[in-house]
Amino acid sequence: MPAVAPRSGEAIFASAERINSELFTLTYGAIVRQLLTDLEEVDEVNKQLDQMGYNIGLRLIDEFLAKSNVSRCVDFKETAEVIAKVGFKMFLGVSATVTNWDAEGTTCSLVLEDNPLVDFVELPDTCQGLHYCNVLNGVVRGALEMVSMKTEVTWVRDMLHGDDAYELQVKLLKQIPEEYPYKDDE
Amino acid sequence: MQFFGATEINPSPPAVTASGNNAHMIYIFNRNGVCLLYREWNRSLHTLNAQQDQKLMFGLLFSLKSLTAKMDPVSVEKVNLGVPQLPGQGCSFHSFRTNTYKLSFMETPSGIKLILVTNPRTGDLRESLKYIYNLYVEYVVKNPLYTPGTPIKYELFNTTLDQYVRGLG
Repeated sequence: MPAVAPRSGEAIFASAERINSELFTLTYGAIVRQLLTDLEEVDEVNKQLDQMGYNIGLRLIDEFLAKSNVSRCVDFKETAEVIAKVGFKMFLGVSATVTNWDAEGTTCSLVLEDNPLVDFVELPDTCQGLHYCNVLNGVVRGALEMVSMKTEVTWVRDMLHGDDAYELQVKLLKQIPEEYPYKDDE
Repeated sequence: MQFFGATEINPSPPAVTASGNNAHMIYIFNRNGVCLLYREWNRSLHTLNAQQDQKLMFGLLFSLKSLTAKMDPVSVEKVNLGVPQLPGQGCSFHSFRTNTYKLSFMETPSGIKLILVTNPRTGDLRESLKYIYNLYVEYVVKNPLYTPGTPIKYELFNTTLDQYVRGLG
């Protein structure tokens, strides 16, 4: 039986159930607002958003693999392209571009021109250190960890801090192949 | 039959045939060897206790994957036997058949392994395994009360799965 071809991000996004994008944006805003009230420290909020994103990423990867039908990516370059074009498109409705590859091919930047999480948002002076979309860092990190890649994801450019686009730097730390999990004593 | 509202599942389920329950059992493992699900419908011979049986199954697949990758006459990559591989890398086997049963296998890049044991006359079950993976995503992964990496104990998933497997030709 011939393998089913991977579906494009557009196709999956078009066929998924829709909700109002404002509802999504405002819900996310409410989460950040509540975290700021509960934790007060901007660094703590950043960490918590990253952790939330990580937990989302662990589950999101299965949904992504099931809906998009992509097979294992050959190298990190392909992985980054798949995340930018299929992943982001499928879940956020916007696709990202991959730029700034380093010499070894282990670090790259995902650039987002448009980000539905930050519609209507302006950071007040008290929260200048806040990475409002830090949940995205966690999601990418969590999802990649489930496909055996340990990564570090940081923000390089952030429109809420005055830059012209959102730039996420993804750095591959190492690949963790599957080990036989049972001990050999049985 | 629409399970998930307006969401389109890819692939759509194969047509239901009336051949009764010819699947023997199903296993779902995650990448750490934890057996997330074991269900049997038609298994007359039990050789080991459940835990050992699951370990044996996982070990079997782990070794088979390694072996099939090593014996690949076409692949360009060099694979060393016994060296752990990334899930999905190398060639992957998808079924084996004996005179009494057929075992179909699917592994996702995230390390989820689905094993379905059926009667030997069953055709290629790769699409069916993909559908079961979709069911897993919709009913288990998306459930906020489910902790990833623990055994699945959801009636809704179990019933839906039973219904689907019953319809496999």
